[in-house]
Amino acid sequence: MDVLRSRTSRDVLSLGLLSGAFILFTGAVGMVAAFHEREVVDRFISLGQLMLLTAPFVTAYFAAGRLREQGESAPRMLVAGVAVGLLTALPSVILLLFNSDEYRFLLFMTLRLAPLVAASVIAWGRLRAGAEMQTAIGIWLLVAVLVGIVTYSFALIFEVKGDLRSVFVNIDRDWVEVVTFDNRKDLMRGIGALGLVSIVSGLGGSILYLLPTVPRRALIYGLGVTALIGAFGETARLILQENVDRDTLREIFRRDTLRQNAALALFVISTAAGFFWALFGSQARERFSNLDYGPRRAVNTVGFVLFVLLMLMLPWLIGRTLSDVAVTIGIFVLMGLGLNIAIGLAGLLDLGYVTNYAVGAYILAVLTSIGPLGLFKGTFTFWTVIPIALLAAMFAGFIFAVPVLRMRGDYLAIATLGFGEIIGKLAISDWLKPLIGGAQGVQAIPKPIFLGTELKNPEQLYYIVLAASLVTLFVSIRLNNSRTGRQWMAIREDEDVATAMGIDTARAKLLAFTLSAATGGVAGAIFAAKVGTVFPNSFTVFISINVLSLIIVGGIASNPGIVVGAIVLIGMPELLREFSEFRFLLYGALLILMMIKRPQGLIPSKIVTHEAQSGVKPALAAAE
Amino acid sequence: MALLEVKDIHTYYGNIHALKGVSFEVDSGEIIALIGSNGAGKTTTLRTISGLMAPREGSVTYDGEEISRMRADLLVSKGISMVPEGRGVFAKLTVEENLDMGAYIRRDGAIKDDLKSAYSLFPRLEERRKQFAGTLSGGEQQMLAIARALMSKPRLLLLDEPSMGLAPVLVDGVFETVQRIASEGVTILLVEQNAHMALQIADRGYVLQSGEVAISDTAANLQQNETVQKTYLGID
Ligand SMILES: Nc1ncnc2c1ncn2[C@@H]1O[C@H](COP(=O)(O)OP(=O)(O)OP(=O)(O)O)[C@@H](O)[C@H]1O
Ligand SMILES: [Mg+2]
Repeated sequence: MDVLRSRTSRDVLSLGLLSGAFILFTGAVGMVAAFHEREVVDRFISLGQLMLLTAPFVTAYFAAGRLREQGESAPRMLVAGVAVGLLTALPSVILLLFNSDEYRFLLFMTLRLAPLVAASVIAWGRLRAGAEMQTAIGIWLLVAVLVGIVTYSFALIFEVKGDLRSVFVNIDRDWVEVVTFDNRKDLMRGIGALGLVSIVSGLGGSILYLLPTVPRRALIYGLGVTALIGAFGETARLILQENVDRDTLREIFRRDTLRQNAALALFVISTAAGFFWALFGSQARERFSNLDYGPRRAVNTVGFVLFVLLMLMLPWLIGRTLSDVAVTIGIFVLMGLGLNIAIGLAGLLDLGYVTNYAVGAYILAVLTSIGPLGLFKGTFTFWTVIPIALLAAMFAGFIFAVPVLRMRGDYLAIATLGFGEIIGKLAISDWLKPLIGGAQGVQAIPKPIFLGTELKNPEQLYYIVLAASLVTLFVSIRLNNSRTGRQWMAIREDEDVATAMGIDTARAKLLAFTLSAATGGVAGAIFAAKVGTVFPNSFTVFISINVLSLIIVGGIASNPGIVVGAIVLIGMPELLREFSEFRFLLYGALLILMMIKRPQGLIPSKIVTHEAQSGVKPALAAAE
Repeated sequence: MALLEVKDIHTYYGNIHALKGVSFEVDSGEIIALIGSNGAGKTTTLRTISGLMAPREGSVTYDGEEISRMRADLLVSKGISMVPEGRGVFAKLTVEENLDMGAYIRRDGAIKDDLKSAYSLFPRLEERRKQFAGTLSGGEQQMLAIARALMSKPRLLLLDEPSMGLAPVLVDGVFETVQRIASEGVTILLVEQNAHMALQIADRGYVLQSGEVAISDTAANLQQNETVQKTYLGID
């Protein structure tokens, strides 16, 4: 009993059970079985199996870290690794037993005994805490009845239906097949296999922790890269197929799956790279920061030039499918940078940003469409309409800003949210149907034509988005360091004091809303040209929410943060497509994780960084 | 003629009648102290003068012009500048950016020079030019708030409790600075809890009580006044 009381064992116990719960949960929602279909390395390991391995491995690694903090010895860390492995397997093993024909009686026994045990434990605890005998008996009865109602009804259901699947629909043959490592027929062997794999992974995790820094980093890097590329096989293949010939590609991938040799080679190479980086990386960084201003600037310039070149060549490197994703990301970068003027700089929580996007898209659609709704049937080109869309969005931004100028914080958010909804309803309304087609939308929007070539591929449209984003980025950076930008920040900090400085806050806010709307219009127009049709249901509140989220995830008021935020938030769901129906589960989990780990954003602005360090209120409070 | 003339103003927060007919005058070049206990209406008076609030009745005349209905931001260019209660520096702007915001209404080329003279008034601020204002100490923030208010080149400076929350040594410094600013020709309306110090540097003073002017006299006389001594100077 005393062993269990120590902090170390409690840590190991809770971490291990956490990892076990993770395995059980992912199994119960059907993820493990579904991911088993997807192989990470051809005929070697599936994504589902990789999950079963990774949970104890990673958990044991962290458990070892905890133990080191508490000054425990290396052998005990290894024991902890084994324990984590066992605990990870435990919940699944129990479920396997409950699910099998031979051992189902265990399930019924548990369900029948659970209320008695639970009641006794709680009542005993009360007694020891000094309760009267009478009270303890009362508590015993109460708990026994309450828990009993639940467990006995479950027992009844299982008895009638015959197995667990009536409640846990995904605890099926496929699941059993995966967790027993293909030993469904011989349950004991399967349980043994699961236990063994878990223990070995847990042990592996703690051994990894015990390695000296350099090989440890190298291995983490190697394992991580191999697992990631294996898991995102389709994306990796798409990028590769642009750059290598078919035969080589076939050597590396079998359809979307890494071949064994390729995986091995990848692991060796990335581990070696990790090794070198761990060995010389910090030296290189140190040498760089010791450089004089001149050479350091030169290195920076070279880096910048390389970056620009990379951006220019990107479509060739990543191919059509991913270029399409890049265009979408670019559209959201445009909107993010725009909305950031209102939210990040001026602190105006605008939840109706989709308005500007819709205005831009419909303006382009109506002015350039060659379909029945087109007003000019091709006399207006994409290039002439872009400035019109920009001005129209600015006008819309201005008009919608007038009534809300005096509102602050939450009220402003609600009002703008309402505007976004109004735009959606207007777009679908009968009233505007003759003009913009109601639910059918506007069709037959021609692609932009540049010097006689029609820009119809995502690879080509990419350059339009890139150019627009670069211009916007430039303007944003200039705004950040100008009096105009600072006047907004002053309003964000304290409106009254800003007024007392002589700032006309109404005018400044109007300007913020208007400028902020501009890029939304351009983004909408590019979107319309890309898709070729404009439907009202492309313009929901989720656009506004997405743009807001990418700003928060990237780092509020931080230009590089917004670019990264768009890549992560818009790009990630596209990449996660490989995980089919679990895409949004993973997406949500990753977002939550990210906000816990980096509440200030992925690339926070200077100001927010200092805040986070000094423990002042976090980013969004400022936008309130 | 007085530079500022406040005549029988009534200011409300919703239904709360905060100022019940306040009247006083400030002549050009004077230092006027406005004292009174918590909730007497001192801050409300300053907010009404600076245009952040409009009085329901009464008038505020500045330089011969009725300003009680004018927008606050326009009054800054007329030469009225305020150091708000609780400093009100822009925490997430640097010291220098705060000062630049103080000069917001100006577009002339002399801003650089005034920045220099602000720094010579408060050398501490120069050392911390690039620091976020929110990370300054309370005293430094007060210096910044005063320096920022001066950046608009005001004729009338409204100071709301500049000594609040400062250590005694710093309080002396602040009042010295106020005197120095006055000696350069800036008229000053000083709201203070620290009646003792305020009356020492002021020419005249007004005692505000529950939204009304209770006593008005020269600073020297106020210091001798029995009620003032009892209630505001802590002398029995
Ligand atoms: N925003 C507000 N809403 C409602 N009542 C207010 C508001 N601000 C101030 N008051 C009330 O108006 C009266 C005058 O307040 P004011 O802030 O002018 O006092 P003060 O003399 O500056 O006091 P202190 O020395 O404590 O700063 C008080 O009774 C106060 O409660
Ligand atoms: Mg006050």
